[in-house]
Amino acid sequence: MIIFIEKDDRKVSKRFAGTVASLLSSLDINPETVLVSRNGEIVTEDVVLKDSDDIKILSVVSGG
Amino acid sequence: MKCRLCDEKAVLSSPNYCKKHFIEYFERKVFRTIEDYGLLDPSDSVCVAASGGKDSTVALYLSFKYLQSFRSDPKVTALIIDEGISGYRNKTLDDLKRFCKDAGIPLKVVSFRQEFGRTLDQIITLRLTDQKPCTVCGILRRYLLNKYSRGFDKLVTGHNLDDESQAILMNLFRQQTDILARLGPVSGVSRDALFVQRVKPLYFCPEKEVALYAVLKGFDVSFTECPYVVFAYRADVRDFLNAYEQAHKGAKLNIVRSFLKVLPELKASYSGKGLRYCESCGEPSSQRVCNACKLADKIIIARDGG
Repeated sequence: MIIFIEKDDRKVSKRFAGTVASLLSSLDINPETVLVSRNGEIVTEDVVLKDSDDIKILSVVSGG
Repeated sequence: MKCRLCDEKAVLSSPNYCKKHFIEYFERKVFRTIEDYGLLDPSDSVCVAASGGKDSTVALYLSFKYLQSFRSDPKVTALIIDEGISGYRNKTLDDLKRFCKDAGIPLKVVSFRQEFGRTLDQIITLRLTDQKPCTVCGILRRYLLNKYSRGFDKLVTGHNLDDESQAILMNLFRQQTDILARLGPVSGVSRDALFVQRVKPLYFCPEKEVALYAVLKGFDVSFTECPYVVFAYRADVRDFLNAYEQAHKGAKLNIVRSFLKVLPELKASYSGKGLRYCESCGEPSSQRVCNACKLADKIIIARDGG
């Protein structure tokens, strides 16, 4: 699975199958702070991902 | 997970709505906030403090859309303060220029360099002041926003539920009740001819919902963080609050709702107290010389080698 983490502008490649929630947990990312898209579509935390999916994690936090 | 109103897939877990119903829900919430708190009047001429980021772009779009439901030619202008933050503001400024051009909304650009002779990057890099970047930026931005929005009836800002709950906690932690009294859907404690009323249509919208709305509407906005955010006290409170919200859903909204119950008394206790005019620039200030003038003096002295 290719995971693009927009905040850090980096791509992570890892084998993963499971829910969005468990993926975020494995990356130590708080779901409250991001939107996740799978193959270009926004998905909720209960959605089960396949290893062949393209994932984008978009940070929603801002402010200074 | 399915939408609570139809068989489409949800785009948000809580509340679970599909794209179409989320957009309707979000707009309804913003328009209800505008009406419940009297934030905008159909006849208002409105200035929107814009940055090209998601929050202010959504506030700009929905303020325009709300007023457009009453009149075909809403009096809305976007105002951006270009602080001069390399690799950040130039990108969001380009995004905003495109957005305003497409929407037919006039845009005014004011810069730190033009007003104070230095960009924020220069002020920080050259150590023209020992204050933190966000403090410097906040003082100068607020000064310019008030100055250049004068003549409009309202100044709309993109502050959302996360911003407000963070601000409430930060000021409680620091025992700054005078600053706390200035918060709320309508900012400030005193009405003054030189103060443009600041209003927050996204007051009850979590940051995640604002971002989702911007993405679903296809707005070309940047989600990058200001590079100076790492120096901000707010970042600590933000991260703490997001962790707490994840464990205890509804915490941010409960902070804001509780705050709103005591806010009228808080505003009344500070109303009219200590407001005077800066001896240097004539702007409203709680001090003899306002913070912006004190800071501008330091910048000019350092620049000129004084």
